Amino acid sequence: MNIYDLTIHELKEKIAAGELTPAEIKKAYAARINEVEDRVKSYITITDELAEEELADYENKKEGLLAGIPIAVKDNMSTDGIKTSCGSKMLENYKPPYDATVVEKLNEAGAVIMGKTNMDEFAMGSSTENSAFFDTHNPWNLNHAPGGSSGGSAAAVAAGECAAALGSDTGGSIRQPASYCGVVGLKPTYGMVSRYGLVAFASSLDQIGPITKDVEDSAILMNVIAGHDPKDSTSIEGKKEDYTEYLKEDVSGMKIGIPEEYFNLEFDEEVKASVLAAVEKLKEAGAEVETVHMIDASYALAAYYVIAPAEASSNLARYDGVRYGLRSEQAADISEMFTNTRLEGFGDEVKRRIMIGTYALSSGYYDAYYLKAQKVRTLIKDDFDRIFNDFDLIITPTAPSTAIELESKSDPLEMYHTDIFTVPINIAGVPAMSVPCGFDSSEMPIGLQLIGPHFGEGKIIQAAYTLEKLLNIKEKRAEL
Amino acid sequence: MIDKKDVEYAAGLAQLKLDEEEKEKYTEQIGEILNYVDKLSELDTDDVVPTAYTVPMKNVLREDQVKDSLPREKSLANAPDEKDGHFRAPKIMSD
Repeated sequence: MNIYDLTIHELKEKIAAGELTPAEIKKAYAARINEVEDRVKSYITITDELAEEELADYENKKEGLLAGIPIAVKDNMSTDGIKTSCGSKMLENYKPPYDATVVEKLNEAGAVIMGKTNMDEFAMGSSTENSAFFDTHNPWNLNHAPGGSSGGSAAAVAAGECAAALGSDTGGSIRQPASYCGVVGLKPTYGMVSRYGLVAFASSLDQIGPITKDVEDSAILMNVIAGHDPKDSTSIEGKKEDYTEYLKEDVSGMKIGIPEEYFNLEFDEEVKASVLAAVEKLKEAGAEVETVHMIDASYALAAYYVIAPAEASSNLARYDGVRYGLRSEQAADISEMFTNTRLEGFGDEVKRRIMIGTYALSSGYYDAYYLKAQKVRTLIKDDFDRIFNDFDLIITPTAPSTAIELESKSDPLEMYHTDIFTVPINIAGVPAMSVPCGFDSSEMPIGLQLIGPHFGEGKIIQAAYTLEKLLNIKEKRAEL
Repeated sequence: MIDKKDVEYAAGLAQLKLDEEEKEKYTEQIGEILNYVDKLSELDTDDVVPTAYTVPMKNVLREDQVKDSLPREKSLANAPDEKDGHFRAPKIMSD
Protein backbone atom coordinates (compact mmCIF):
# COMPACT_ATOMS: atom_id res chain seq x y z
CA MET A 1 0.00 0.00 0.00
CA ASN A 2 1.12 3.57 -0.72
CA ILE A 3 1.86 5.91 2.17
CA TYR A 4 -0.91 8.22 0.96
CA ASP A 5 -3.44 5.38 1.25
CA LEU A 6 -2.75 4.82 4.94
CA THR A 7 -5.15 5.84 7.69
CA ILE A 8 -4.31 8.01 10.72
CA HIS A 9 -3.96 4.97 12.98
CA GLU A 10 -1.78 3.12 10.47
CA LEU A 11 0.48 6.16 10.06
CA LYS A 12 0.71 6.51 13.86
CA GLU A 13 1.72 2.84 14.16
CA LYS A 14 4.40 3.25 11.51
CA ILE A 15 5.78 6.35 13.20
CA ALA A 16 5.80 4.57 16.56
CA ALA A 17 7.55 1.54 15.05
CA GLY A 18 10.18 3.76 13.45
CA GLU A 19 9.16 2.64 9.95
CA LEU A 20 8.18 6.12 8.78
CA THR A 21 9.11 9.62 9.90
CA PRO A 22 6.64 12.52 9.85
CA ALA A 23 8.88 14.17 7.24
CA GLU A 24 8.59 11.16 4.94
CA ILE A 25 4.83 11.10 5.44
CA LYS A 26 4.45 14.77 4.66
CA LYS A 27 6.63 14.36 1.57
CA ALA A 28 4.51 11.43 0.34
CA TYR A 29 1.27 13.38 0.72
CA ALA A 30 2.73 16.50 -0.89
CA ALA A 31 3.90 14.35 -3.83
CA ARG A 32 0.41 12.85 -4.08
CA ILE A 33 -1.11 16.33 -4.20
CA ASN A 34 1.30 17.22 -7.02
CA GLU A 35 0.34 14.07 -8.86
CA VAL A 36 -3.48 14.31 -8.73
CA GLU A 37 -4.53 17.82 -7.72
CA ASP A 38 -4.82 19.18 -11.28
CA ARG A 39 -7.48 16.49 -11.92
CA VAL A 40 -9.28 16.41 -8.56
CA LYS A 41 -8.94 20.05 -7.47
CA SER A 42 -9.70 19.52 -3.79
CA TYR A 43 -7.79 22.50 -2.44
CA ILE A 44 -8.35 26.23 -2.66
CA THR A 45 -5.10 26.87 -0.81
CA ILE A 46 -2.14 24.54 -0.26
CA THR A 47 -0.56 25.53 3.06
CA ASP A 48 2.88 24.10 2.51
CA GLU A 49 4.63 26.76 4.60
CA LEU A 50 2.34 26.05 7.56
CA ALA A 51 2.83 22.30 7.10
CA GLU A 52 6.62 22.73 7.20
CA GLU A 53 6.39 24.89 10.34
CA GLU A 54 4.24 22.29 12.06
CA LEU A 55 6.58 19.54 10.97
CA ALA A 56 9.53 21.46 12.40
CA ASP A 57 7.67 21.57 15.71
CA TYR A 58 7.12 17.81 15.73
CA GLU A 59 9.50 17.04 18.60
CA ASN A 60 7.44 19.28 20.92
CA LYS A 61 4.14 17.76 19.84
CA LYS A 62 5.02 14.14 19.42
CA GLU A 63 2.77 12.99 22.25
CA GLY A 64 -0.18 14.56 20.42
CA LEU A 65 -2.91 12.35 18.97
CA LEU A 66 -2.21 13.62 15.46
CA ALA A 67 1.55 14.17 15.68
CA GLY A 68 2.94 14.23 12.16
CA ILE A 69 -0.42 13.41 10.50
CA PRO A 70 -1.38 15.34 7.32
CA ILE A 71 -4.85 16.88 7.72
CA ALA A 72 -6.96 19.07 5.41
CA VAL A 73 -9.36 21.75 6.65
CA LYS A 74 -12.46 23.05 4.91
CA ASP A 75 -12.02 26.64 3.80
CA ASN A 76 -14.71 27.97 6.15
CA MET A 77 -12.64 27.36 9.29
CA SER A 78 -10.49 30.30 10.30
CA THR A 79 -6.72 29.92 10.04
CA ASP A 80 -4.63 32.75 11.49
CA GLY A 81 -3.00 34.69 8.67
CA ILE A 82 -4.01 32.13 6.04
CA LYS A 83 -6.69 32.81 3.46
CA THR A 84 -10.13 31.54 4.49
CA SER A 85 -12.33 32.18 1.45
CA CYS A 86 -15.43 30.14 2.25
CA GLY A 87 -15.56 29.44 -1.48
CA SER A 88 -16.70 33.03 -2.03
CA LYS A 89 -15.42 36.06 -3.92
CA MET A 90 -16.57 38.01 -0.86
CA LEU A 91 -13.71 36.52 1.20
CA GLU A 92 -11.28 35.79 -1.64
CA ASN A 93 -8.48 37.75 0.04
CA TYR A 94 -9.58 37.42 3.67
CA LYS A 95 -6.92 36.29 6.14
CA PRO A 96 -8.47 35.76 9.59
CA PRO A 97 -6.66 37.34 12.53
CA TYR A 98 -7.14 34.22 14.67
CA ASP A 99 -7.47 30.42 14.55
CA ALA A 100 -10.78 28.58 14.85
CA THR A 101 -10.90 26.44 18.01
CA VAL A 102 -10.77 23.25 15.92
CA VAL A 103 -7.66 24.51 14.11
CA GLU A 104 -6.08 25.32 17.47
CA LYS A 105 -6.90 21.79 18.62
CA LEU A 106 -5.38 20.28 15.48
CA ASN A 107 -2.23 22.31 16.11
CA GLU A 108 -2.03 21.23 19.75
CA ALA A 109 -2.43 17.59 18.67
CA GLY A 110 0.55 17.95 16.34
CA ALA A 111 -1.34 17.76 13.03
CA VAL A 112 0.34 18.89 9.81
CA ILE A 113 -2.20 21.03 7.96
CA MET A 114 -1.82 20.45 4.22
CA GLY A 115 -4.36 22.94 2.95
CA LYS A 116 -7.80 24.50 2.87
CA THR A 117 -10.37 22.63 0.83
CA ASN A 118 -12.86 23.69 -1.80
CA MET A 119 -16.54 24.05 -0.90
CA ASP A 120 -19.86 25.43 -2.06
CA GLU A 121 -19.91 29.17 -1.43
CA PHE A 122 -20.67 29.75 2.28
CA ALA A 123 -21.41 25.99 2.49
CA MET A 124 -24.61 26.47 0.50
CA GLY A 125 -24.85 23.60 -1.93
CA SER A 126 -24.67 19.86 -2.39
CA SER A 127 -22.09 19.38 -5.14
CA THR A 128 -19.29 21.96 -4.52
CA GLU A 129 -20.26 23.42 -7.91
CA ASN A 130 -21.29 26.61 -6.09
CA SER A 131 -17.65 27.37 -5.28
CA ALA A 132 -16.82 30.79 -6.74
CA PHE A 133 -13.49 29.42 -7.95
CA PHE A 134 -13.69 25.99 -9.60
CA ASP A 135 -15.33 22.57 -9.48
CA THR A 136 -13.88 19.68 -7.49
CA HIS A 137 -13.95 16.28 -9.20
CA ASN A 138 -14.96 12.99 -7.62
CA PRO A 139 -11.84 10.78 -7.39
CA TRP A 140 -13.93 7.68 -8.30
CA ASN A 141 -15.04 9.25 -11.56
CA LEU A 142 -13.79 12.69 -12.51
CA ASN A 143 -16.97 13.53 -14.43
CA HIS A 144 -18.95 13.27 -11.22
CA ALA A 145 -19.36 15.76 -8.38
CA PRO A 146 -17.76 15.02 -5.00
CA GLY A 147 -20.95 16.11 -3.26
CA GLY A 148 -21.11 19.12 -1.02
CA SER A 149 -20.70 21.37 0.56
CA SER A 150 -17.55 19.76 2.04
CA GLY A 151 -16.72 18.29 -1.39
CA GLY A 152 -13.08 19.37 -1.32
CA SER A 153 -12.49 17.69 2.05
CA ALA A 154 -14.16 14.42 1.00
CA ALA A 155 -12.34 14.34 -2.35
CA ALA A 156 -8.99 15.10 -0.69
CA VAL A 157 -9.43 12.14 1.69
CA ALA A 158 -10.61 9.80 -1.09
CA ALA A 159 -7.74 10.83 -3.39
CA GLY A 160 -5.06 10.41 -0.71
CA GLU A 161 -4.27 14.13 -0.67
CA CYS A 162 -4.44 14.07 3.14
CA ALA A 163 -4.86 11.39 5.80
CA ALA A 164 -8.13 12.91 7.03
CA ALA A 165 -10.03 16.17 6.87
CA LEU A 166 -12.47 18.40 8.71
CA GLY A 167 -15.79 19.31 7.13
CA SER A 168 -18.85 21.18 8.33
CA ASP A 169 -22.42 19.94 8.12
CA THR A 170 -25.56 22.11 8.17
CA GLY A 171 -27.93 19.80 6.27
CA GLY A 172 -25.67 16.95 5.18
CA SER A 173 -22.50 18.71 4.03
CA ILE A 174 -20.17 16.18 5.69
CA ARG A 175 -22.18 12.99 5.20
CA GLN A 176 -23.41 13.40 1.62
CA PRO A 177 -19.91 14.11 0.15
CA ALA A 178 -18.49 11.31 2.31
CA SER A 179 -21.09 9.01 0.77
CA TYR A 180 -20.33 10.20 -2.79
CA CYS A 181 -16.56 9.79 -2.26
CA GLY A 182 -16.59 6.44 -0.43
CA VAL A 183 -15.22 7.73 2.88
CA VAL A 184 -16.48 8.02 6.46
CA GLY A 185 -18.12 11.29 7.56
CA LEU A 186 -19.49 12.09 11.01
CA LYS A 187 -21.77 14.96 11.97
CA PRO A 188 -21.57 15.11 15.76
CA THR A 189 -24.41 16.09 18.09
CA TYR A 190 -25.11 19.82 17.85
CA GLY A 191 -22.78 21.48 20.36
CA MET A 192 -20.20 18.67 20.64
CA VAL A 193 -17.60 20.56 18.60
CA SER A 194 -16.90 24.26 19.00
CA ARG A 195 -18.08 26.48 16.15
CA TYR A 196 -15.76 29.33 17.22
CA GLY A 197 -14.00 30.48 14.06
CA LEU A 198 -16.30 28.56 11.73
CA VAL A 199 -17.75 31.05 9.25
CA ALA A 200 -21.45 30.98 10.17
CA PHE A 201 -24.10 29.74 7.74
CA ALA A 202 -27.07 28.58 9.86
CA SER A 203 -25.95 28.80 13.46
CA SER A 204 -28.53 26.46 15.01
CA LEU A 205 -27.65 23.70 12.52
CA ASP A 206 -23.92 24.08 11.72
CA GLN A 207 -21.56 21.49 13.16
CA ILE A 208 -17.92 20.58 12.40
CA GLY A 209 -16.92 16.93 12.09
CA PRO A 210 -14.33 14.49 10.71
CA ILE A 211 -14.07 13.02 7.21
CA THR A 212 -11.79 9.98 7.31
CA LYS A 213 -10.72 6.80 5.52
CA ASP A 214 -12.19 4.58 8.23
CA VAL A 215 -14.26 4.56 11.42
CA GLU A 216 -11.26 4.27 13.76
CA ASP A 217 -9.85 7.53 12.35
CA SER A 218 -13.21 9.19 12.92
CA ALA A 219 -13.02 8.27 16.62
CA ILE A 220 -9.42 9.55 16.87
CA LEU A 221 -10.29 12.85 15.23
CA MET A 222 -13.35 13.25 17.45
CA ASN A 223 -11.10 12.79 20.50
CA VAL A 224 -9.11 15.77 19.23
CA ILE A 225 -11.89 18.19 18.24
CA ALA A 226 -14.84 17.46 20.58
CA GLY A 227 -15.38 19.21 23.88
CA HIS A 228 -16.67 22.36 25.52
CA ASP A 229 -15.28 25.71 24.43
CA PRO A 230 -15.98 28.84 26.49
CA LYS A 231 -15.75 30.82 23.24
CA ASP A 232 -18.85 29.07 21.85
CA SER A 233 -21.85 29.50 24.15
CA THR A 234 -23.72 26.74 22.29
CA SER A 235 -21.01 24.15 22.96
CA ILE A 236 -21.90 21.47 25.46
CA GLU A 237 -20.13 20.79 28.76
CA GLY A 238 -19.31 17.40 30.19
CA LYS A 239 -20.38 15.11 27.36
CA LYS A 240 -17.05 14.36 25.69
CA GLU A 241 -15.95 10.74 25.82
CA ASP A 242 -12.99 8.67 24.68
CA TYR A 243 -14.53 7.62 21.38
CA THR A 244 -11.85 4.99 20.68
CA GLU A 245 -13.37 2.91 23.50
CA TYR A 246 -16.26 2.18 21.15
CA LEU A 247 -14.05 0.56 18.50
CA LYS A 248 -15.52 -2.85 19.25
CA GLU A 249 -16.78 -5.50 16.87
CA ASP A 250 -20.05 -6.07 18.65
CA VAL A 251 -23.64 -5.28 17.74
CA SER A 252 -25.30 -8.12 19.63
CA GLY A 253 -28.54 -6.93 21.19
CA MET A 254 -28.21 -3.50 19.61
CA LYS A 255 -31.64 -2.27 18.57
CA ILE A 256 -31.78 -0.71 15.13
CA GLY A 257 -34.83 1.02 13.64
CA ILE A 258 -35.49 1.14 9.90
CA PRO A 259 -37.89 4.02 9.14
CA GLU A 260 -40.38 2.87 6.53
CA GLU A 261 -41.22 6.44 5.48
CA TYR A 262 -37.59 6.99 4.44
CA PHE A 263 -37.23 3.75 2.53
CA ASN A 264 -40.56 4.35 0.79
CA LEU A 265 -39.28 7.56 -0.81
CA GLU A 266 -38.40 7.33 -4.47
CA PHE A 267 -34.68 6.76 -4.80
CA ASP A 268 -32.02 4.66 -6.52
CA GLU A 269 -32.82 0.93 -6.25
CA GLU A 270 -29.14 -0.04 -6.15
CA VAL A 271 -28.60 2.27 -3.17
CA LYS A 272 -31.62 0.80 -1.42
CA ALA A 273 -30.51 -2.80 -2.05
CA SER A 274 -26.96 -2.10 -0.85
CA VAL A 275 -28.12 -0.41 2.37
CA LEU A 276 -30.61 -3.17 3.15
CA ALA A 277 -27.97 -5.84 2.49
CA ALA A 278 -25.68 -4.12 5.00
CA VAL A 279 -28.52 -3.99 7.54
CA GLU A 280 -28.99 -7.74 7.00
CA LYS A 281 -25.30 -8.27 7.86
CA LEU A 282 -25.74 -6.37 11.11
CA LYS A 283 -28.76 -8.54 11.86
CA GLU A 284 -26.75 -11.70 11.24
CA ALA A 285 -24.15 -10.32 13.63
CA GLY A 286 -26.77 -10.10 16.37
CA ALA A 287 -28.43 -6.71 16.00
CA GLU A 288 -32.19 -6.55 16.52
CA VAL A 289 -33.64 -4.85 13.46
CA GLU A 290 -37.20 -3.55 13.32
CA THR A 291 -39.23 -1.36 10.99
CA VAL A 292 -40.25 1.93 12.61
CA HIS A 293 -42.56 4.76 11.57
CA MET A 294 -41.41 8.36 11.50
CA ILE A 295 -42.51 11.73 10.14
CA ASP A 296 -41.87 11.81 6.39
CA ALA A 297 -38.43 13.30 5.66
CA SER A 298 -39.92 15.78 3.18
CA TYR A 299 -41.34 17.82 6.11
CA ALA A 300 -37.85 18.17 7.54
CA LEU A 301 -36.57 19.30 4.15
CA ALA A 302 -39.35 21.88 3.97
CA ALA A 303 -38.55 23.16 7.49
CA TYR A 304 -34.85 23.25 6.61
CA TYR A 305 -35.43 25.48 3.61
CA VAL A 306 -37.02 28.05 5.89
CA ILE A 307 -34.74 27.81 8.94
CA ALA A 308 -31.38 27.59 7.16
CA PRO A 309 -31.96 30.48 4.73
CA ALA A 310 -33.49 32.59 7.53
CA GLU A 311 -30.42 32.18 9.73
CA ALA A 312 -28.17 32.65 6.70
CA SER A 313 -29.83 35.90 5.72
CA SER A 314 -29.09 37.21 9.19
CA ASN A 315 -25.53 35.81 9.39
CA LEU A 316 -24.56 37.08 5.96
CA ALA A 317 -25.74 40.62 6.69
CA ARG A 318 -22.21 41.23 8.04
CA TYR A 319 -20.74 41.24 4.52
CA ASP A 320 -21.10 44.94 3.90
CA GLY A 321 -17.63 45.88 2.69
CA VAL A 322 -16.74 47.86 5.80
CA ARG A 323 -14.51 45.79 8.09
CA TYR A 324 -13.14 42.93 6.01
CA GLY A 325 -13.72 41.07 2.78
CA LEU A 326 -14.58 42.57 -0.56
CA ARG A 327 -15.48 46.23 -1.01
CA SER A 328 -16.84 47.36 -4.35
CA GLU A 329 -14.85 50.09 -6.07
CA GLN A 330 -18.07 51.25 -7.74
CA ALA A 331 -19.72 53.30 -5.05
CA ALA A 332 -20.71 56.94 -4.80
CA ASP A 333 -22.19 56.60 -1.33
CA ILE A 334 -22.51 54.07 1.48
CA SER A 335 -25.76 52.54 0.29
CA GLU A 336 -24.34 51.87 -3.16
CA MET A 337 -21.21 50.49 -1.54
CA PHE A 338 -23.32 47.94 0.36
CA THR A 339 -25.36 46.79 -2.61
CA ASN A 340 -22.50 46.75 -5.11
CA THR A 341 -20.25 44.86 -2.69
CA ARG A 342 -22.93 42.23 -2.19
CA LEU A 343 -23.64 42.15 -5.92
CA GLU A 344 -19.99 41.49 -6.79
CA GLY A 345 -19.26 39.26 -3.81
CA PHE A 346 -22.17 36.80 -3.64
CA GLY A 347 -22.96 34.03 -6.12
CA ASP A 348 -26.36 32.91 -7.36
CA GLU A 349 -27.24 30.30 -4.70
CA VAL A 350 -26.16 32.52 -1.83
CA LYS A 351 -28.31 35.38 -3.10
CA ARG A 352 -31.25 33.02 -3.58
CA ARG A 353 -31.01 31.78 0.00
CA ILE A 354 -30.60 35.28 1.43
CA MET A 355 -33.74 36.23 -0.49
CA ILE A 356 -35.75 33.24 0.81
CA GLY A 357 -34.58 33.88 4.35
CA THR A 358 -35.25 37.60 4.24
CA TYR A 359 -38.72 36.97 2.84
CA ALA A 360 -39.52 34.29 5.45
CA LEU A 361 -38.49 36.62 8.27
CA SER A 362 -40.17 39.71 6.89
CA SER A 363 -43.14 41.23 8.63
CA GLY A 364 -46.38 39.44 7.78
CA TYR A 365 -44.67 36.19 6.84
CA TYR A 366 -42.72 35.42 10.03
CA ASP A 367 -45.49 33.32 11.61
CA ALA A 368 -46.42 31.48 8.44
CA TYR A 369 -42.87 30.47 7.60
CA TYR A 370 -40.24 30.88 10.31
CA LEU A 371 -42.36 30.23 13.40
CA LYS A 372 -44.15 27.37 11.65
CA ALA A 373 -40.81 25.77 10.68
CA GLN A 374 -39.53 26.12 14.28
CA LYS A 375 -42.64 24.34 15.50
CA VAL A 376 -42.18 21.58 12.96
CA ARG A 377 -38.60 21.30 14.22
CA THR A 378 -40.08 20.44 17.64
CA LEU A 379 -42.23 17.71 16.07
CA ILE A 380 -39.23 16.23 14.23
CA LYS A 381 -36.98 16.34 17.29
CA ASP A 382 -39.71 14.69 19.42
CA ASP A 383 -40.16 12.08 16.70
CA PHE A 384 -36.47 11.11 16.92
CA ASP A 385 -36.61 11.14 20.74
CA ARG A 386 -39.60 8.81 20.63
CA ILE A 387 -37.74 6.28 18.46
CA PHE A 388 -34.60 6.51 20.60
CA ASN A 389 -36.63 5.61 23.70
CA ASP A 390 -36.74 2.09 22.28
CA PHE A 391 -33.87 1.94 19.81
CA ASP A 392 -30.10 2.51 19.90
CA LEU A 393 -29.75 3.57 16.29
CA ILE A 394 -31.67 4.35 13.11
CA ILE A 395 -30.31 3.39 9.69
CA THR A 396 -31.14 5.08 6.37
CA PRO A 397 -29.26 5.63 3.12
CA THR A 398 -27.03 8.74 3.26
CA ALA A 399 -28.10 10.03 -0.15
CA PRO A 400 -30.80 9.02 -2.64
CA SER A 401 -28.20 8.16 -5.28
CA THR A 402 -24.48 7.73 -5.82
CA ALA A 403 -22.48 10.80 -6.89
CA ILE A 404 -24.35 12.93 -9.42
CA GLU A 405 -22.61 14.01 -12.62
CA LEU A 406 -21.14 17.49 -12.71
CA GLU A 407 -23.53 20.06 -14.21
CA SER A 408 -26.43 17.59 -14.13
CA LYS A 409 -28.78 19.50 -11.80
CA SER A 410 -29.64 23.11 -12.55
CA ASP A 411 -32.95 23.31 -10.70
CA PRO A 412 -32.38 24.41 -7.06
CA LEU A 413 -35.22 22.33 -5.63
CA GLU A 414 -33.96 19.22 -7.41
CA MET A 415 -30.51 19.78 -5.92
CA TYR A 416 -32.02 20.31 -2.45
CA HIS A 417 -33.57 16.84 -2.70
CA THR A 418 -30.13 15.20 -2.71
CA ASP A 419 -30.08 16.06 1.03
CA ILE A 420 -33.46 14.51 1.87
CA PHE A 421 -31.97 11.79 4.14
CA THR A 422 -29.44 14.00 5.90
CA VAL A 423 -31.39 17.20 6.61
CA PRO A 424 -33.74 15.75 9.30
CA ILE A 425 -30.69 14.91 11.44
CA ASN A 426 -29.57 18.55 11.63
CA ILE A 427 -33.14 19.66 12.32
CA ALA A 428 -33.23 17.24 15.30
CA GLY A 429 -29.64 18.08 16.36
CA VAL A 430 -28.70 14.41 16.70
CA PRO A 431 -25.41 12.81 15.50
CA ALA A 432 -25.11 10.71 12.34
CA MET A 433 -22.36 9.05 10.35
CA SER A 434 -22.09 8.05 6.72
CA VAL A 435 -20.11 4.86 6.22
CA PRO A 436 -19.42 3.17 2.86
CA CYS A 437 -21.58 0.05 2.38
CA GLY A 438 -20.94 -0.94 -1.24
CA PHE A 439 -20.68 0.13 -4.87
CA ASP A 440 -23.24 0.49 -7.64
CA SER A 441 -22.95 -1.06 -11.11
CA SER A 442 -20.80 1.89 -12.27
CA GLU A 443 -18.39 1.23 -9.40
CA MET A 444 -19.43 4.40 -7.57
CA PRO A 445 -19.51 4.21 -3.76
CA ILE A 446 -22.74 3.97 -1.76
CA GLY A 447 -23.11 5.37 1.77
CA LEU A 448 -25.22 4.19 4.69
CA GLN A 449 -26.29 6.59 7.43
CA LEU A 450 -26.24 5.57 11.10
CA ILE A 451 -28.20 7.96 13.31
CA GLY A 452 -27.99 8.04 17.10
CA PRO A 453 -29.66 9.98 19.93
CA HIS A 454 -28.12 13.21 21.28
CA PHE A 455 -24.58 12.37 22.52
CA GLY A 456 -24.90 8.88 21.00
CA GLU A 457 -21.70 9.10 18.94
CA GLY A 458 -20.24 6.10 20.76
CA LYS A 459 -22.92 3.62 19.67
CA ILE A 460 -22.74 4.98 16.12
CA ILE A 461 -18.98 4.40 16.07
CA GLN A 462 -19.37 0.90 17.48
CA ALA A 463 -21.99 -0.17 14.92
CA ALA A 464 -20.11 1.49 12.04
CA TYR A 465 -16.85 -0.16 13.11
CA THR A 466 -18.59 -3.55 13.20
CA LEU A 467 -20.20 -2.97 9.82
CA GLU A 468 -16.84 -1.95 8.33
CA LYS A 469 -15.35 -5.27 9.48
CA LEU A 470 -18.33 -7.26 8.19
CA LEU A 471 -18.28 -5.63 4.75
CA ASN A 472 -14.51 -5.57 4.36
CA ILE A 473 -14.45 -2.91 1.60
CA LYS A 474 -12.49 -0.16 3.31
CA GLU A 475 -9.18 -1.05 1.64
CA LYS A 476 -10.66 -0.22 -1.74
CA ARG A 477 -9.42 3.12 -3.06
CA ALA A 478 -10.32 5.35 -5.99
CA GLU A 479 -7.89 4.78 -8.86
CA LEU A 480 -6.40 7.96 -10.23
CA MET B 1 -47.85 33.30 -4.10
CA ILE B 2 -44.70 35.38 -4.30
CA ASP B 3 -44.55 37.97 -7.10
CA LYS B 4 -41.90 40.28 -8.52
CA LYS B 5 -42.81 43.02 -6.06
CA ASP B 6 -42.12 40.67 -3.11
CA VAL B 7 -38.76 39.78 -4.62
CA GLU B 8 -37.89 43.45 -5.04
CA TYR B 9 -38.97 44.14 -1.46
CA ALA B 10 -36.87 41.27 0.00
CA ALA B 11 -33.89 42.29 -2.15
CA GLY B 12 -34.16 45.81 -0.75
CA LEU B 13 -34.24 44.56 2.84
CA ALA B 14 -31.20 42.35 2.18
CA GLN B 15 -29.25 45.11 0.37
CA LEU B 16 -29.14 43.05 -2.80
CA LYS B 17 -29.25 44.58 -6.24
CA LEU B 18 -30.95 42.39 -8.84
CA ASP B 19 -31.26 42.92 -12.58
CA GLU B 20 -34.54 42.29 -14.42
CA GLU B 21 -33.54 38.80 -15.48
CA GLU B 22 -32.63 37.83 -11.90
CA LYS B 23 -35.90 39.24 -10.59
CA GLU B 24 -37.85 37.05 -13.02
CA LYS B 25 -35.73 34.01 -12.25
CA TYR B 26 -35.89 34.40 -8.46
CA THR B 27 -39.63 35.05 -8.54
CA GLU B 28 -40.11 31.71 -10.27
CA GLN B 29 -37.53 29.71 -8.30
CA ILE B 30 -38.38 31.11 -4.87
CA GLY B 31 -42.05 30.61 -5.72
CA GLU B 32 -41.38 26.92 -6.36
CA ILE B 33 -39.36 26.56 -3.16
CA LEU B 34 -42.01 28.30 -1.03
CA ASN B 35 -44.65 26.17 -2.71
CA TYR B 36 -42.74 23.11 -1.50
CA VAL B 37 -42.34 24.68 1.96
CA ASP B 38 -46.12 25.13 2.13
CA LYS B 39 -46.42 21.41 2.86
CA LEU B 40 -45.56 22.38 6.46
CA SER B 41 -49.15 23.55 6.80
CA GLU B 42 -50.26 19.92 6.53
CA LEU B 43 -48.85 19.34 10.03
CA ASP B 44 -50.92 20.39 13.03
CA THR B 45 -48.73 22.59 15.24
CA ASP B 46 -51.44 24.39 17.25
CA ASP B 47 -50.13 23.44 20.70
CA VAL B 48 -46.50 22.97 19.73
CA VAL B 49 -43.75 25.07 21.28
CA PRO B 50 -41.17 26.25 18.72
CA THR B 51 -37.59 24.96 19.03
CA ALA B 52 -34.62 27.22 18.35
CA TYR B 53 -31.89 24.94 19.72
CA THR B 54 -32.34 21.19 19.89
CA VAL B 55 -29.95 20.50 22.74
CA PRO B 56 -31.28 21.64 26.12
CA MET B 57 -29.38 24.73 27.25
CA LYS B 58 -30.25 27.32 29.86
CA ASN B 59 -28.89 30.86 29.91
CA VAL B 60 -25.16 30.53 29.43
CA LEU B 61 -23.45 32.94 31.77
CA ARG B 62 -19.82 33.64 32.61
CA GLU B 63 -17.85 35.89 34.90
CA ASP B 64 -17.33 39.35 33.45
CA GLN B 65 -13.54 39.25 33.41
CA VAL B 66 -11.15 41.30 31.33
CA LYS B 67 -9.24 39.08 28.93
CA ASP B 68 -6.89 39.67 26.03
CA SER B 69 -8.56 40.88 22.87
CA LEU B 70 -7.29 41.32 19.33
CA PRO B 71 -4.78 44.14 18.99
CA ARG B 72 -6.10 47.04 16.92
CA GLU B 73 -3.70 46.55 14.03
CA LYS B 74 -4.75 42.91 13.67
CA SER B 75 -8.43 43.88 13.71
CA LEU B 76 -7.79 46.44 11.01
CA ALA B 77 -5.51 44.24 8.91
CA ASN B 78 -8.37 43.14 6.64
CA ALA B 79 -10.06 46.54 6.40
CA PRO B 80 -10.70 47.63 2.80
CA ASP B 81 -10.00 51.19 3.97
CA GLU B 82 -8.78 52.58 7.29
CA LYS B 83 -7.67 55.85 8.76
CA ASP B 84 -6.19 56.76 12.14
CA GLY B 85 -6.99 53.36 13.61
CA HIS B 86 -10.59 53.36 12.39
CA PHE B 87 -12.51 51.62 9.62
CA ARG B 88 -13.27 54.15 6.92
CA ALA B 89 -16.48 53.97 4.89
CA PRO B 90 -17.96 56.18 2.15
CA LYS B 91 -19.94 59.14 3.44
CA ILE B 92 -23.37 58.43 4.87
CA MET B 93 -24.90 61.93 4.77
CA SER B 94 -25.41 63.55 1.40
CA ASP B 95 -24.14 67.08 0.81
